[in-house]
Amino acid sequence: MASRNCAMTLAMSTLLVVAISLLLGSSAFAQSPTYGVGRTPTAEELRRMDISISPTGDELPPGRGTAKEGAQLYVQKACVGCHGVGGSGGLAPLLASKKEADVPVWKKERILPLRAPYATIVWDFINRGMPLGLEGTLKPDEVYSLTAYLLFLNKVIPEDQVLDKQSLPKVKMPIGDQFGKPHEFKVNAPRLEGYPY
Amino acid sequence: MDSEQKSRRDLFKVGAALAGTVALGAVGKAQAQHADHPTTPGSENDAPMIHGSKEQIEYGQRSKYVNSVRVQHPIGGRPSPDVFGKVFHVASPLQDSVGVITPSSLHYIATTRGSFLPDIDPKLHTLTIHGEVDRPLTLTMDELKRFPSVTRLHFIECAGNRHNGKQKNVQDTHGMTSCSEWTGVLLSTLLKECGLKGSAKWFVAEGAEEVKGASSIPIAKGMDDCIIAYGQNGEALRPQQGFPVRIMVPGFEGIYHTKFLRRIKVTKEFYMNYNEFGHLTQEDKVLALGEQIGPKSVITYPSGTQRLPGPGFYEISGLAWSGAGAVKTVEVSTDGGKTWNRAQFKNTPQRMAHVRFAYPWKWDGSEATIMSRTTDDVGQRQALREEIAEWWKVPFERDYRVPGLDNSVMPWKIANDGSVSNGLA
Repeated sequence: MASRNCAMTLAMSTLLVVAISLLLGSSAFAQSPTYGVGRTPTAEELRRMDISISPTGDELPPGRGTAKEGAQLYVQKACVGCHGVGGSGGLAPLLASKKEADVPVWKKERILPLRAPYATIVWDFINRGMPLGLEGTLKPDEVYSLTAYLLFLNKVIPEDQVLDKQSLPKVKMPIGDQFGKPHEFKVNAPRLEGYPY
Repeated sequence: MDSEQKSRRDLFKVGAALAGTVALGAVGKAQAQHADHPTTPGSENDAPMIHGSKEQIEYGQRSKYVNSVRVQHPIGGRPSPDVFGKVFHVASPLQDSVGVITPSSLHYIATTRGSFLPDIDPKLHTLTIHGEVDRPLTLTMDELKRFPSVTRLHFIECAGNRHNGKQKNVQDTHGMTSCSEWTGVLLSTLLKECGLKGSAKWFVAEGAEEVKGASSIPIAKGMDDCIIAYGQNGEALRPQQGFPVRIMVPGFEGIYHTKFLRRIKVTKEFYMNYNEFGHLTQEDKVLALGEQIGPKSVITYPSGTQRLPGPGFYEISGLAWSGAGAVKTVEVSTDGGKTWNRAQFKNTPQRMAHVRFAYPWKWDGSEATIMSRTTDDVGQRQALREEIAEWWKVPFERDYRVPGLDNSVMPWKIANDGSVSNGLA
């Protein structure tokens, strides 16, 4: 009997220890860092660094621009040198469709300011990736203006439309909802169930 | 040459080395090298000695008789390097490969837009994780290395790794894939350190090169096996592979493996970066085939432009991989796909890593078409182009373009004279 009691006490105390350590472990995990290495970036650092623009445009900075201003910048910033007059005829990718307006968008050329599902991607790419060799030097007003110009060239917006943080994410792109959406990724699963058998 | 002549020649060589060197230390080295490797009297091997130069001592080089090199890959038809010194796509010489590790110097290269490689001082580089986390975190490279690390074998493959009937050899058809041993910190370790919020669904991985190339990756993948890698094949990453740090997204197309990684932003929704615009398709199904790489294999010996010297024994050898897991089996056909034979593995298959397979074969000297196909551990099997066309219910034609990344079977034709050519031609 004594030994049985002893065994039970041991088992119970083991359980208790496990329970306590689980509790401590999980709370430590959820609320504080495990390793404590590195530092917290400041809000200002994050604001400067964060150039990813969501479809809703949350990260867009203040500023504004129109296609008319963009047309001037397109020459001043030498975009015209690589992309050609009016967005075509250059060595760099085509920026203005050569097809008739009534041609469906998927039958038109693969042009960012035409086929992009969100106008914010156009802003994002000009801001981070242009002009060649001087990437990241454009000011927000200039990026809004150039975006407006390229959207105007592809007949997506009228020439006098002002683009800013509020209006840019609302631009209706010609593609509408007609594009493939990413599926939910699952670990250790085929890329496409049943393909190709 | 008799031994007397030989030793006289060796003496002359030492004399030349002595005369040619100025620094006393170097003289000592030259003598030591010689003393360590004396020519055996009477030996038939009269090869000249490689004298220990500073370069050979500090960072070894391969034999001058080994001349396997990378070449520019024809995707997009842009030269690498171009007139400005930018690099676009460069393919690895798989025809000369042995084992599964691609030497870092021969790893394939692809850049976001055709870009310069940033020459990053690792002391000035930081990685920041922010967005849907409780505690944003900025790490120096030294701090990153203080976290528990992992070392794993993984392949990377470019979406442009497509084979067609016009290509001559396996470097052109399949050279945009490579496999290395990568060392770094699991992204899950860092995300847990930051406290991942329940709202986290995706993350954007962004590089520090001039175009700040960025890709969106599912958070489920990030928490599974992504590695923030600083090591490749036992040393620091090469600049061409993203020095000082890149993300490994095992099994996903190459473009997701952001190089020169500077920022990870955890997001609630899918962000369409320029890279995702590049993947834009009309159909969800095609999009799914352009993310995770399918099961794929290719014979590297004998392969296009090689020549079998005559009938007799050969070990058919190749590489197999899958973006979903580990390779389970590889089969080889030597009769154009009529019969398939189980190949042997030369190393233990690992998740999202190349495995070297082989099949012993006696060539009888007649025309033959050889090919390989693999099945992975989630049950996907590499298909023939005809089978893929059938699935999509489209007529099969010679120039059929496989949707998504092309993982179809690659045939090589062996002619009566032993010459090997593209079986799709």
